Amino acid sequence: MTKRKVRKYFNIIIFSIVGLFWVYPFAIVFINSMKGKRGVFQNPLWFTKDFSLANFKTAFQALDFAHSFFNSLLVTVGSVILITIISAAAAYAISRVTGPFSSIIYYICAGTMLIPFQSIMVPLLSLFGKVDFLNRTSLIIMNTGLSVSLSIILYYGAFQGVSKSLDEAAALDGAYPFKTFVYVIFPAVSPMTGTVIILNSMKIWNDYLLPSLVINKNGMYTIPLKMYSFFGETNSEWQLALAGLVLSMIPIIVLFLLLQKQVMTSVTEGAIK
Amino acid sequence: MLIKKHQYWAFVLPALLFIVLIIALPFLIGIYYSFTDSNGLRASFIGLKNYQILFRDVIFLQSLWLTVKFSVVSVLLINLFGLTFALIVTSSDNRFNKALRTIFFMPNLIGGILLGFIWQFIFTSAFKAIASSLNISFFNGWLSDPSTGFWGIVILFVWQMSGYIMLIYVSFLNAIPQNTIQAARLDGANKWQTLLFIKLPQLAPAFTISLFLTLANSFKLYEQNLALTNGGPYRSTEMISMYIYNTAFVNFQQGYAQAAGIILFLCVTLISFLQLALSRRREK
Repeated sequence: MTKRKVRKYFNIIIFSIVGLFWVYPFAIVFINSMKGKRGVFQNPLWFTKDFSLANFKTAFQALDFAHSFFNSLLVTVGSVILITIISAAAAYAISRVTGPFSSIIYYICAGTMLIPFQSIMVPLLSLFGKVDFLNRTSLIIMNTGLSVSLSIILYYGAFQGVSKSLDEAAALDGAYPFKTFVYVIFPAVSPMTGTVIILNSMKIWNDYLLPSLVINKNGMYTIPLKMYSFFGETNSEWQLALAGLVLSMIPIIVLFLLLQKQVMTSVTEGAIK
Repeated sequence: MLIKKHQYWAFVLPALLFIVLIIALPFLIGIYYSFTDSNGLRASFIGLKNYQILFRDVIFLQSLWLTVKFSVVSVLLINLFGLTFALIVTSSDNRFNKALRTIFFMPNLIGGILLGFIWQFIFTSAFKAIASSLNISFFNGWLSDPSTGFWGIVILFVWQMSGYIMLIYVSFLNAIPQNTIQAARLDGANKWQTLLFIKLPQLAPAFTISLFLTLANSFKLYEQNLALTNGGPYRSTEMISMYIYNTAFVNFQQGYAQAAGIILFLCVTLISFLQLALSRRREK
């Protein structure tokens, strides 16, 4: 073997070890979710003879999984649809009309992005609490308000890249701005729409803090909320808690494996812009 | 002008309404709150008193200091890991490296609560098993000790964020023209020299972005903190976000909590302006 080849294999071995180390926390959760209590106690680091899938049934019921999944889906899809429509429309107008209003709106967006959620959660909650409006609908409204700024800025960049001659051509054909936007300009930035949908879905699907403050009725719990309360009930029955964790992670991991490339591009775009 | 005035407002108003109602208005009310002794039901104006008490509040100062310490440590580690991973996965374009990229990024998909529970299992059960099989007490009771508990949150956060930061470095590494690297090679530069003199300088903007992204994220960290240690033992691993939450929603000192929230805002804003100033200066 040449020196080059030796080095190549050496690198592959080292990198594999790093990769295994990184994936091991997931592996250990999967492995122990398929054991009985004794198996977890005997050796939590690897498989034991104690194998059973019964934990999943228990966890599925305790998490009220079908319900929680539906609640998470409802809140995520509802918020993301609102965010996409509202921010695309606003970004379109401020990218096409240059003037003081447009720059002010752009700076409002950039400015509000700086505000951490923890700095507004107390007044926000007391505001909605005073009018007794704390449920899934208000959660969707709050998610939208919290995500619109970043989405406008992302869309603004995308619309700047679409030539204004497209607008003019559509106008010559007799289309109103609304029609031009819906049928010509919005479809032209669909890669950015993908990014906006993915970024916001990930954030809202995984969110715990805001839903925990807004939702107080058991039947309305999203997956992270239910997982948190289930964890408290398991009383160090780790195999049950871990089965619950596996169930909670499956939807997003499956979706990620299907849309891998798009997800990673979107995340990078969201960070850099 | 293709868009008429009333049409312009029809496009813009919904977004403005949401931003004002959900962020701007609560933020302004919040500033007022921070000057009151609100307990959620009643509030009267007390001026700067909250802020004066905050700066003598040992638990607040401890949580602020812990957050700063946590941020510095995790920023360094995450960027070190993120850059290393980026160099690994861009070293050649094959399936193995693509799989590695996926693996490194995966933790970033999972929400903070689930991540916290995963690592709680590792630090309690798995570490205990390692400790008893190797007979090393170093691995015992990680989450019941303030200092190892702190490092536990750091480890969790590094595991979560490194893959994210890796992606930023990867996109900047891919933007370096191949012929620059080849030219350096032809001039006799070895791998380390290319890295040090060609690649790293090109990565300067990526450094700024990653540095401040991690900084801002670690200042806002809450869920991982909650699910892993819940601030324990004895509030010793409670970071600023959790301090605000507990003060507002456990002790119901909402005016006081809001003053801490304003301080958090000032910290994050300061960080963002530093970033802006730094990247402006480089562009000159």
